[in-house]
Order: sequence, then C-alpha cells, then structure tokens
Amino acid sequence: MMNYFPDEVLEHVFDFLESHRDRNAVSLVCQSWYRVERFSREKVFIGNCYAISPERVIARFPRVRSLTLKGKPHFADFNLVPSDWGGFVLPWIEAMARSGVNLEELRLKRMVVSDESLELLARSFPNLRSLVLVSCEGFTTDGLAAIASNCRFLTELDLQENEVEDRRGQWLSCFPDSCTSLVSLNFACLKGEVNLAALERLVARNHNLRSLRLNHAVPLDALQKILMQAPQLVDLGTGSYVHDPDSDTYNKLKSAVQKCTSIRSLSGFLDVAPRCLPAIYPICLNLTSLNLSYASLIHNSELIKLIHHCSQLQRLWILDCIGDKGLGVVASTCKELQELRVFPSDIHGVGSAAVTEEGLVAISAGCPKLNSILYFCQQMTNAALITVAKNCPNFIRFRLCTLNPTIPDPVTMQPLDEGFGAIVQSCKGLKRLSLSGLLTDQVFLYIGMYAEQLEMLSVAFAGDSDKGMLYVLNGCKKLKKLEIRDSPFGNVALLADVGKYETMRSLWMSSCEVTLGACKTLAKKMPRLNVEVINENDLIDASSDDRQKVEKMYLYRTLVGPREDAPEFVWTL
Amino acid sequence: MEVGQKRVNMLGEDETELRLGLPGGGGDHVAAKNGTHTAKGSYNGKRGFNETMDLKLKLSSKETAAATVDEGKDLPKERNLLGGSGDSVKPPPAKAQVVGWPPVRSFRRNILAQKSSTGGHEDAAFVKVSMDGAPYLRKVDLKMYKSYQELSDALGNMFSSFTIGTCGSQGMKDFMNESKLMDLLNSSDYVPSYEDKDGDWMHVGDVPWEMFVDSCKRLRIMKGTEAIGLAPRAMEKCKNRS
Repeated sequence: MMNYFPDEVLEHVFDFLESHRDRNAVSLVCQSWYRVERFSREKVFIGNCYAISPERVIARFPRVRSLTLKGKPHFADFNLVPSDWGGFVLPWIEAMARSGVNLEELRLKRMVVSDESLELLARSFPNLRSLVLVSCEGFTTDGLAAIASNCRFLTELDLQENEVEDRRGQWLSCFPDSCTSLVSLNFACLKGEVNLAALERLVARNHNLRSLRLNHAVPLDALQKILMQAPQLVDLGTGSYVHDPDSDTYNKLKSAVQKCTSIRSLSGFLDVAPRCLPAIYPICLNLTSLNLSYASLIHNSELIKLIHHCSQLQRLWILDCIGDKGLGVVASTCKELQELRVFPSDIHGVGSAAVTEEGLVAISAGCPKLNSILYFCQQMTNAALITVAKNCPNFIRFRLCTLNPTIPDPVTMQPLDEGFGAIVQSCKGLKRLSLSGLLTDQVFLYIGMYAEQLEMLSVAFAGDSDKGMLYVLNGCKKLKKLEIRDSPFGNVALLADVGKYETMRSLWMSSCEVTLGACKTLAKKMPRLNVEVINENDLIDASSDDRQKVEKMYLYRTLVGPREDAPEFVWTL
Repeated sequence: MEVGQKRVNMLGEDETELRLGLPGGGGDHVAAKNGTHTAKGSYNGKRGFNETMDLKLKLSSKETAAATVDEGKDLPKERNLLGGSGDSVKPPPAKAQVVGWPPVRSFRRNILAQKSSTGGHEDAAFVKVSMDGAPYLRKVDLKMYKSYQELSDALGNMFSSFTIGTCGSQGMKDFMNESKLMDLLNSSDYVPSYEDKDGDWMHVGDVPWEMFVDSCKRLRIMKGTEAIGLAPRAMEKCKNRS
C-alpha cells in the first residue's frame, strides 16, 4: 500500500493526538504508521505495570519523556491486597537510567517507591521536571530530600495521599537557593514538621508557583506569610487552619487572602478553627474546586455559610456531616457543579451525620451539569435513583456506597436493582459504576443490557448466582476493569468466555466462589493472562485441593508472562 | 429519617413509566416489569453481608440477619432499619467492621481515626514557651502533638531563627541542619523544662506524654548553666509521684 505522506508529515499530524488511546489506534493502521508513531510518542501510559516490561516499553518508545505507571489493583486502597504484593517502580527507573532515556515526567499510582528509587531517579535524570505520586508507599522524607537536592529544573512535586515515613531530615531545606522553577508543590500528606523558614524562602523565590498544598504542620501564621509572598497562587491547600480570630495574625491573614485573587481551588483544613473561616470568604466566589473532605471539625451551619459564597463551584469534596439540608444548599447555590464527592465522617458508628437519598435527589435536581459522583450514604431508595437518573443523564462516573453494604430500599424493602437499572439505562455515557445496597442478579442484567460505554465496574456483596457476572461479561463490550468482592460468582461465570479477559486490563475476585481448579484451567487456556492466586492465610501450592476456594484472585493480560517479584503468598498459575 | 408519604409520592408516575423488562422474556422478566422481586427465595445462595460477618468476625449476627435478609412480608413499610432516629422499632444493629468497608482509602481512614481520638480544639492546651536569650515568647498547643519528639521538632522550628547567632561561621548551613539544631536543643547547652500544676520546674521528658500534657502550665528552654539546680528537685518529685 502506497504511503502518500512522508514521515515528517505523519509525525506532525500525530503531534495533535493527545490521548494514548488515539495513538494506540493510529499505530494499528499499518506498519509505517506504527513506526512513525512509536518514534514520536513522548508520553507513555502503562495502566498495569505488569502488563509489559520496562525494556520493551523503552524499545518501542525510545523518545519517551513522560511515563505514567499504575501498580496495585484498585482494591489495594481498601486493604484487600497484602502490602508486599508488588508494584515496584525501581526496575522501571533502573531500565530507563540504563537506556539513557531523557525522562522529564514520572507519574505513579499505587506503586511501591523506595528511597533508593527516588535517589536513582534524582541522579539519573537531570531534566526531571515533574514527579507525581498518588497512593504510593515505601519511601521516606530522605527520598524527597534527594529529589529536592538534585532535580535542578523541577517544576512539579505532587504527593497525593501517600504513606510517607517521616525522617525529620529537613527535606524541604534541600531545595537549593537556585531552585526557582517550581510551579506546583504538594506535600499535604506528610505527617512531620517542615522547616518553616525554608518554606517561606522557597515560596518567595519561586515566582511561578501556582499550586501549593501544605501539610498540617504548617501553622496559620506561616500560611499568612506565605500568601503574602505568593498572591499569584491558583491552587491552595492550607495547613493547620487554627488561630485566635481576634489576633493580629488572623487580621493579617485576612488581608493576605484578599490579595490572592487568582485562587480557584482550595483544600486542606485538616485542623480547622471554624471561627477563622470568614477569612476565606472573599475568595470563595471565584472557587471552582473546593475540598473540605478532611475538615470534620466544621459544623454544619458554618459549612452552609461557606457554601453560600461558592456559586462557581465545579468540583466539591465534602463530608457527610453536611447533611441532606446542606446538600440542598449546594444544589441551590452551585449551579455549575460537575463533580461531587460526599465522604463518610463516621466510619464505625451508625452516625446520624450521614446523608440519605434526599441529598442526592436534591443535587440531581439543582445541578444540571453533574457528571461525576461519589456518594457515601446511610440509605438509598429505588425511587430516588430513578429520579436522579431522569435528572442527570450525563453521568460519566457514578459511585454509590451505602454504609451498610447490603441494605435494601428502606421504603419498599426491595433490592436496589431497579434504581441502578435506571441509572445505566439513562446515562448512556457511563464509564464507571460502583454498586452497593441489596442487589440481585437483576441489576447485572440491566448493566449488561444498557451500560454500553462502561469501562470499570465495582461490585461488593451483590448478586445471587453466576448469571449475574455472566450478564456483565457478555454485555459490557467496553469493560476494562472488573472488581468483585464477597459475591456468589464462581467457576461457571469465570470460565464461560475466557477470551474476554484479553480485552480487559484486569479482573479481581475476592471472597467469591471461584476454586483453585478453575483458576488453573483458565491459566492453562490463556497463556497471555497472569492468573494470580493470593492466599495469605492458608498457603496454596501444588498439593492443594483443586476444589479449594480461592481467597483472592487477580488476573490481568500481559505480554511478559508471570512476574518474578511475586511474594510467597502470591502464586501465578 | 421519616419514611412515609413523601417518598410514596416520588414513586408516582415515574416508576410506571420506566419499563426495564426484556421483550419476550420468561418468568424472571415478568418480575422485572412489575418492579418487584418475586419471593422465590432468590436471596438464598448469596453470601450476604451477614454471612460474611459471621465468617470473618465470628459475631452473632442474628439481629442484623433479621434486618436485611427478610423479604419484607412481615414488616410494616414504615420500619426504619437504620436506627438513626428515635422512630426505629429496635436498637440499630451493631456496626461490625468488615475489612475494607466502607471503601475509604487508608490514608483517609487514618486521618479520621486520629481526629476522633484527639477530639478537636475545644480541648486545646496552649502554654507559653520561653527560650533563654530569645526576645519574645511563643505559645504552643500541646494537644497538637502526640509525643515528646513531635513537640521537640515543633519547638526546634519555632526557635530556629533564634539560634543563628550561636552557629558561628557555619552559619546558615548549621541552622538548616535539623540534627544540629536538635543537638543544640538536646545538648547540655539547652535544657527544656516545664512548670507543672504545683508550680515546680521539671525536666521535660521524665513522665509519660499524656501526663506531661495534663500537668504542664508553661515551658522554658533554659540555658544549661541555669539548669543545675533543676535536677535534684525533679528527682524528688518523681519519687513522690511513684
């Protein structure tokens, strides 16, 4: 087939393709497109670090400058995956260092990152500009010190919800005086103290700083001084927001905040003195994003007062102590709202703080642009879900979590099948769905029938039989990730369509009815899947009975066979 | 939570409009069209929340089993299972904990757990902190810290600017070097002491942290040379306490 365009032209055209999915599609067209595309791809996204090896990635994309890697399965977030399961970044950094990759950006999610990895990263890639770590673990502030000291052109250091051991080594002071390139600095998840004087000086000399998220150890008087130096901030995460509102410091804070007219995103408030909240009212009008989901000490009434000022909000993360009434205020104030997350404030009790279906219905009625929701609630009804589905046909992400995972509709005592059915039927663009409440096979029938764009489904304590899982596997053509816990799906469902799993990134099943024998059968039939059996309690090995049920199974497509770093309790069949 | 007329009205037309049954389906689908679930005992065979609780936590879940597994025939519709309000027929089921439910990231879970144990700022314990040679005093809230180490770090931060003068030619480098600072504060040059409820000046670090927070009225970081008279009384005090 004739190639009408010289490579340079093709490359130029491909430059316009941002998403890795588009680039993947383009590289399948023909050999020459594949070739041009691979030499021009600079941003590489690897959704499962075990699906491919670093060497092969580098071989295919030698010009890679930005790498995104994801490690552990999603349920690792909820302590369902043992901590030594895997997901180590070191081999990737070593491989890139060996190959002389000019790495500028590294984004990791749910990976194990050691100080050694960070030190190697800092030493090997002088042009490193951006390091983003989300839900990672395994490193200490010593590793951060290495990054701060060595990465001369660092623009972004973004640490989100990582488990970091604090070594009290003044990592922040390791940014040299010559560091003036920072645009984004987020250390909100760190538990220890930072050198405040060093922080203030750092902010003062980094005039391009747009995003700054402090940890709880940074007191309000330091915040005030920092804001004076950085009125250009667009995104601010406060540290400890506690002070005497009658003090001089607080007044200074008020005037500092008023000068920060560019702030569009606000978060933090891990420690908060509610009487100090009025200082931020002036910037509320401009806020498009507000995260108060750690601020459990703010009373309902103060929250509502605050929300009244925030009419431009597009994203709101909040605790359920806001209550249904508070959500009503959100509904009437925040007409631009696109994403809402309501987190539980009381995980253990049967708190009266929680929200119910009323809040959700109010939001759906008041916020026409809503497309993404994560909602932890006390209860939900089918009627409410049906109403929500009618009000908001544009949901892309819909995650509902009832605090009691098998609670039925309290009005009708029925399962929530009809409610979720309405959601999937109405929201034709739905890509991600999490279910909870009492659910039978019926809900899966609906999902299989209607959720045509669904890519990720999370199931817990749901369904009656293998039919449920089969409806989903047969119906959802675009399914990429399926994660199931504590549901009665077994071997029949697992083995019905083994080819399906090569079209997906991964399948997780824990506390289901799947047996060792079925896992072995699957692994044998599908050599390009890694079928991992994770049994911490009773070690499973060659002598185990095939009829034994498997505690946890994680399978994923891969081009590189069983991984070599699996711990003892993980058996790749 | 009131469960009653309001919700019934919501059901109204909307529910009948929505037809989710399959064309030409079987018995199962008849149930779907009616929007109800046939009482075929289809809840059986499912490993529900309750069973899991039994398996995982070995709790007696008779109460909770009754709450969620029954098919609704015997219960009045107004019954509120959740127990959040005074309307409930019986006390709420014990909220036992299944691993990973509700699905909240460990990071968030830990923060919330911490919050509930520290109880918030109604109980703040602000005390004055003076350091010999410093031009002015500071105040710290002892409840913000959970150990002597944390307090020491925070004090180090607060008073770091005052130690520049003592750093000699190494200057800024030493000042920024936290371990040197800690050495300074921990060395015989400086002794952290506190005034307790009885008005006595004590050496910081002798008693368990919680006891210290309860009894500390103010802190003083004194120069070593002045601390000589401190020790004997501190020893006496400890003896009296134990």
